[in-house]
Amino acid sequence: MHRLRSALTTLGIVFGVASVIAMLAIGEGASREAQAAIARLGSTNLIVETIEPLKERADTGNQEEVHRYGLTYKDAEAIHDTIADVEVVVPIRELDQEARYRRRKVAVRIVGSTPWYTDTVSLRMLRGRFLSSIDLHQQQNVCVIDERLVAGLFGFEDPVGKDLQMHGSCYRIVGVAGAVSSPIGRNGEANGAAVLSTSGASAAGNVYMPLTTAKSRFSEMDFALSGGRESAKRVELHKITVKVRSMDDVLPMRDVLDTLLKRLHEKSDYRIVVPLELLRQARRTQFIFSIVLGSIAAISLLVGGIGIMNIMLATVSERTREIGIRRALGARKRDIVVQFLSETLLLTFVGGLLGIGVGLVIPLLVTQFGNMPTIITSTSLILAFGISAAVGITFGLYPAYRAANMDPIESLRHE
Amino acid sequence: MAIVAIDNLYKRYKLGSRELSVLRGLNLSIGGGEYVAIMGPSGSGKSTLLNLLGCLDRLSSGSYKLAGRDVPSLDDDELSRIRGAQIGFIFQSYNLIAQLNVIENIQVPMYYQGVGERESVTRATELAELVGLADRLTHRPFELSGGEQQRVAIARALTNNPVMILADEPTGNLDSESGAEILRILDDLHARGRTLVSVTHDPKVAARSERTIHLLDGRIEREERNGHV
Repeated sequence: MHRLRSALTTLGIVFGVASVIAMLAIGEGASREAQAAIARLGSTNLIVETIEPLKERADTGNQEEVHRYGLTYKDAEAIHDTIADVEVVVPIRELDQEARYRRRKVAVRIVGSTPWYTDTVSLRMLRGRFLSSIDLHQQQNVCVIDERLVAGLFGFEDPVGKDLQMHGSCYRIVGVAGAVSSPIGRNGEANGAAVLSTSGASAAGNVYMPLTTAKSRFSEMDFALSGGRESAKRVELHKITVKVRSMDDVLPMRDVLDTLLKRLHEKSDYRIVVPLELLRQARRTQFIFSIVLGSIAAISLLVGGIGIMNIMLATVSERTREIGIRRALGARKRDIVVQFLSETLLLTFVGGLLGIGVGLVIPLLVTQFGNMPTIITSTSLILAFGISAAVGITFGLYPAYRAANMDPIESLRHE
Repeated sequence: MAIVAIDNLYKRYKLGSRELSVLRGLNLSIGGGEYVAIMGPSGSGKSTLLNLLGCLDRLSSGSYKLAGRDVPSLDDDELSRIRGAQIGFIFQSYNLIAQLNVIENIQVPMYYQGVGERESVTRATELAELVGLADRLTHRPFELSGGEQQRVAIARALTNNPVMILADEPTGNLDSESGAEILRILDDLHARGRTLVSVTHDPKVAARSERTIHLLDGRIEREERNGHV
């Protein structure tokens, strides 16, 4: 067999296999990240969010008036009191503020909530403790900061026990929590991804404090200048996270919540986000994504296979005489089939192994230089190798069959 | 016992709509240990006869018994087996496999008969020595002279201890000196009791045999005994 020719042919399989692995790894990586972020929101959680309803411009006229909307403390109570299947209800109030420590200032997002906030969001405590029930009941001026704030405000000092200044008051820091990364899709493609953000765009990190403290220390009014007019908004709660016992309860709970809240709200100033549903959507998207990428890669494998068949057909006609000799010396048809098929399989096998090697490297390069996460699954390796073996057999059988069925006398006469 | 028993053998080919009879009612018997030469002009059917004798081709009608077995009734796999185990082929153009060396070429028929590798190497080495190629075992065909290549082919023909050796113009491509060497080896094989059938149009080659069969237009024209034995 010609070495160069075999090597070039094998290259088709190498790239075919490599692209199957690489494509699947990239597809897997792209979606896994989004899925993980959504999963962090909790697959047994439902998140009710305040949204600003469309204002009836004509009614407001040029009068200065407070625009009141959104979720209320009453809503949270109603959910807790009237829906039996609810495990945890976490009301959340979010405020963007400036936090100071000595002369350092940084923009933060205040998350006013309850001690059981951690039942719905997995928050790692790095130091100190999270908010307690006593903090909540006594409206203590305490807070927990997230690790992203530590370096900017405290440098190398231990923040626990220090006082953080916000809006003219001091809040004793009782703990440091791990950062909860925002589950915004890379391309913003995830449905409603923007609203899932747990921290404001400009905020350096979160500051958690008791909801009662957040309510009493900070105004519910939010003044803004728009179009030369001063307008005011008033929002009590920004989110209510509801946790149910199992994933099966999630979708029925959405309907129950919706029914309840519709009765309490005239305007549609809330929406219910179901992470589980987003997760399912993301999985569906990823599945389609994988199929598309996989098909592209499979086509390149197919092309590689056709290349192999082409070369094997050429080899067969080139070795017609050898086939005739072997037949005269006692080779059965199946011996000839085995001979040529095993040559094809050897080519695809070597190509497959090299392809796996290349396929393992490409995702690394993509991660390194393309800054994209990639995940190589063992399934994709097996799949790629299986396909290359199948290609070898499929495209090797015909040339081998043709070789075996040549007339030995004709073959012996062949030049 | 007759190694070859052919009775009323016909071989016809289809050429378009016409049918061409190459062999027409041939009767032939070759005994064990005989050395037979087949002669005849081109188109007389000698190659066709040789292919039929070697079980490479199937007859159209008549009967052919090789060492007692009814050849026309055998299937393709059984014919392959007979070619490998009962018949040794020697071709005009040697027909060695170019990418295999001497010892590997000699091993080919044993491979298809399922002879184990160690035994196969031993036997191939012995046969290479027998034809005087002990110092050429790892050479490839293109490194050998025509005479040497033909000796490899003879060694290969002997590997499975065949009941009959078929030679097709064994000296056709060789100079007279190498040709004489090959003929000497064939004589030697005959002397050891091998059955040999050789096709040739060289009277000097035919003269080495015990019996010469002259073919003409698909029939045996005449037979002659060569009285040198």
